Amino acid sequence: MSRVRHLRDPDALRRFSVAVIALAILWPMMQLAQFDVFALFEVNNLKVFTNFLIQFFPPNLQTSFLALVLKATFETLAMATAGIALAMLMAIPLGLIITYSLSISRLGPASGHQIARLGRYLARMFMLLLRGIPEIVWALLLVRVFGLGPIAGVLAIAITYGGMLAKVYSEILETENTLPARALLMLGSGRINAFLYGLLPGASQELASYTIYRWECAVRASVVMGFVGAGGLGQLMDQSMKMLNGGEVSTILIVFLLLVLLADYISLIIRRQLS
Amino acid sequence: MNHYPAREFCLKCLITLVLIASFIVASFAYLSLNPLALFTKQAMSDVAIYVARFFPADLSSIFLQKVWTGVLQTLAISALATLLAAIASLFLALPAAGQFGYGAKVVTRFFLNFLRSVPELVWAVLMVLAVGLGPFAGTLALALHTTGVLGRLFGETLENHPPTATQALRLAGASNAQSFIYGALPGIYSQLLSYSLYRWEMNIRMATILGFVGAGGLGQILYYELSLLHEQQASTVIMAMLILVIGVDMISNKLRRVQMHSLG
Repeated sequence: MSRVRHLRDPDALRRFSVAVIALAILWPMMQLAQFDVFALFEVNNLKVFTNFLIQFFPPNLQTSFLALVLKATFETLAMATAGIALAMLMAIPLGLIITYSLSISRLGPASGHQIARLGRYLARMFMLLLRGIPEIVWALLLVRVFGLGPIAGVLAIAITYGGMLAKVYSEILETENTLPARALLMLGSGRINAFLYGLLPGASQELASYTIYRWECAVRASVVMGFVGAGGLGQLMDQSMKMLNGGEVSTILIVFLLLVLLADYISLIIRRQLS
Repeated sequence: MNHYPAREFCLKCLITLVLIASFIVASFAYLSLNPLALFTKQAMSDVAIYVARFFPADLSSIFLQKVWTGVLQTLAISALATLLAAIASLFLALPAAGQFGYGAKVVTRFFLNFLRSVPELVWAVLMVLAVGLGPFAGTLALALHTTGVLGRLFGETLENHPPTATQALRLAGASNAQSFIYGALPGIYSQLLSYSLYRWEMNIRMATILGFVGAGGLGQILYYELSLLHEQQASTVIMAMLILVIGVDMISNKLRRVQMHSLG
């Protein structure tokens, strides 16, 4: 008699209901995402895909094509570098505006200047707009103004990363030791001076290393942005993929992976030198 | 009284700085991009005219309905992809943590690194070829990339977990799978869950743009409308993207704060 009882799971009801609820959530999601495993094994799809993959070997190593890839690689690196440089130009003033530890209106009790607060709020909203929209969307929009090519990519990186850098700069400046800056402000120095002499000496290393890290991300992002026509390796890959030229795609993929490794390495070296 | 310089002169740092500066100048030169040219009157008015075309946004209920479906589809793509990736990573974590010998570990790690280093968008293009246009391709693409990330994180978590419980079960005669499920999993479960949730957050952001190559979600609507020069509709989609991204950001920040408080 007791054997039957032992075989029953005491937690059966809970487990059952959890499973039912999970299924009830999963099923409509799978409908929405048009989840269809059999599409993977459809003869037509399989044929196209395997034909494409077979072409991956060997990679296309003709000199004319390699020259093209090399040019695109330089373009990608240049896009990332120029983009981050512009982003810094934008991020430094924005970051300084919103940093609380450089706020004169926050010194002392109950001296809340409405205008300063409004300015800071607007700057924050602006930054949110800049970095809330993904860089590839910016690139897609900018390509329509500046035409196909790297300029749209550079600006897209500048916009998104400008917003991101500004936010992180202000966070770094607020978590550093803010007492020197505060003392300077209270003695009547200007905000720029308080930043230069009070905050920057302690925070410069972290600021620089974060910027370098973002450059590394920008290299990765500039490749992806090429898919909407913003130049660089991505655009080349997009073209090869549209022509289903597997050999070219695999060459570009290999170069891309090497480029990412190189960017990783460069950023590691510079950051190590900083510390 | 001796006066020491505040900081010693550092030739290496100077060289690095000069190198970085020259790289920046070289980049602008290579792209023949004059930053000042972006602020000419012509460029400004071009931009202004273009921006004006996005207003007012199309807020008709038919289009809003379409965008809402896109939002739901984006969420579904990201959630399913994360779920698939988490399940796959659970299986790959064992070899990645070296439970099946050194050879399996190296091979699995290499495989995971490969999955991870190919960007989502490239996977999406490949998956569109494999299963045709639509959100399923996006789900698979995200799942592949996320498996690379989560597999490595799961493997590292498993490796860092003290193996005593698993070993005790093994010595008591449990099988490999049993000792993992009852010995290691309860201990690392919450860590794995928080990694997965974090990846889900990133995947939501990613799923909004995978549509640019035809892999479903909000991005596909945006790409379609922009191709037809329907800027007013596009601006609605962009607003939806912005709200989605910022909303996810705020929710996860809040949750993280709650979690930190509960941990003390």
